[in-house]
Amino acid sequence: MTKRALRNIRESAIKAFFFTNGILAVIVLLGIFALLLSSAIPAFREIKLSEFLGQTLWDPTSPTGARYGILSMIVSTIYVTLVAMVIALPIGLGVAAYLSDVAHWRVREIVKPVVEVLAGIPSVVVGFLGIVLIGPLLAKLTGRTNGLNGLNGAILLAVMSLPTIISISEDSLNAVPNAYVEASLAMGATRWQTLARVKIPAALSGIIAAFMLGMGRAIGETMTVLMATGNARTFPHGLLESLRTMTSNIAIELGEVPYYTTHYYALFAIGLVLFLMTFVVNLVADIVLHKYQERES
Amino acid sequence: MTRKKIAQFLGFMALRVCLYLVLAALLLFLYDIGKKGGRTISWEFLSKMPKRGMTEGGIFPAIFGTFLVTMVTAILAVPMGMFSAIYLNEYARQNRITRLIRLSIRNLSGVPSIVYGLFGVIQFVNIFKFGTSILSAGLTLGLMTLPWTITASEEALKTVPQSYREGALALGATKWQSIRTNVLPYALPGMLTGTVLGLARAAGETAPIMFTGAAFALPFLPKSLSDQFMALPYHLYIMATQHHDLAKARPLAYGTALVLIVFVLGMNMIAVVLRYRLRRNRKA
Repeated sequence: MTKRALRNIRESAIKAFFFTNGILAVIVLLGIFALLLSSAIPAFREIKLSEFLGQTLWDPTSPTGARYGILSMIVSTIYVTLVAMVIALPIGLGVAAYLSDVAHWRVREIVKPVVEVLAGIPSVVVGFLGIVLIGPLLAKLTGRTNGLNGLNGAILLAVMSLPTIISISEDSLNAVPNAYVEASLAMGATRWQTLARVKIPAALSGIIAAFMLGMGRAIGETMTVLMATGNARTFPHGLLESLRTMTSNIAIELGEVPYYTTHYYALFAIGLVLFLMTFVVNLVADIVLHKYQERES
Repeated sequence: MTRKKIAQFLGFMALRVCLYLVLAALLLFLYDIGKKGGRTISWEFLSKMPKRGMTEGGIFPAIFGTFLVTMVTAILAVPMGMFSAIYLNEYARQNRITRLIRLSIRNLSGVPSIVYGLFGVIQFVNIFKFGTSILSAGLTLGLMTLPWTITASEEALKTVPQSYREGALALGATKWQSIRTNVLPYALPGMLTGTVLGLARAAGETAPIMFTGAAFALPFLPKSLSDQFMALPYHLYIMATQHHDLAKARPLAYGTALVLIVFVLGMNMIAVVLRYRLRRNRKA
């Protein structure tokens, strides 16, 4: 064999090696889905899918007949997440707009790393603060004995999703073509009018993506809601009631459940529902963000 | 002032208030943990075993365990993340497979951490029979960190100018030779910085290790990778919610929270300082 042929073989082998690593992400994602699915399916030998998704009572250890309805948990998850977004979106968008349009560049250079610090705080520490800081505060404000409830969880989730919302909204505001801004200013609009009526509408798809990604994070967050929401197994009737999300329920019960029982498989089925929910939310965010990038280029 | 000006003034004021709110929340968080945790921190707290049902003594096994499991995470996630990024940035063409890989990476980073925990229980604890151990927990965290390390490494590769590659290729180097000699040396520091940030996040995670290896309490240090271990985040969760005497455990929980924050933010800080220095060196 010639030297050149040898070299070509070596180059192809190296390329194949890197490709194997590259394709790994696809394999892991499919693997997670496949394993969740195969561990969730045995649960439906005993549980009807309509009961699982449509009933509100979850009581797998009841002596008179186990009940496996996760509707309360699904509603709780969505409820806490949406309230968190109602808190986080205006504040996050406000900070993003401030950083992109008002702040001096020096302020921006300082504030951006500080916001990143917020993203660096582990979720278990945030949950701990829900117990020792936000909880007692809410209890005092509402006159109840205990502040571990949906609102507590929503506030903490809002704080946790702020860095995502801020950075993506700011990027999309900065990506608005300068010509739009100049045209608006030339027509006599103030900087505030330009921001509110030209830049934010132009950056809307990026802002929607930020909202979706923040929501994806909030739906899947475990430790914070586990520690802050009180975990009562009831259908949520109000923000000041204790509630239990899907993530919390898995975290609470997986440690105690005997392996390979219906209850065990049912927890994986909850995991599968969670996986699918976040998958869809992230996919939508991805599509929105992509469309927006394509339009810009 | 005209009405327009007043509206602008009020509008910008509202935006500024948003920023102050966020900064206030962060300061309040750090202040509370720093002040109350600081009272607990002592040499004994950092270096001793827990005593008397974890109402006294230190958290050394938890610090040690978190350090160890982060190492396992790094061994899986750092090389694989780098190789994957090299493929995506240097070899991959714009085609369907590449798009699929990128889509998978983005979606992996959105998979809830507890779902990684469930995956770890089936894959590593049961199928691979690693049991609940440092190995299982580290591998679970490693998979979770993978999308972050890939993205960070690719960002670093992107900063290497195209002319570096073309220069090597023009002199007759093969693709791999050009990557090895003209791309990696310049991208490596940035890749490492990015991966340290990913590892810092992994070190603070609780949900993926809860069922794959972290132990409630262990009176001894793990001896091998197949032992269970104590970890700072899980220890904080236990001390804050599961302890039989929460009032007595509260100061210890604050201390643990402070150590965890310092551990994680310290790693962040190292990464940021590293990045700053490397950038400056390159310019010089």
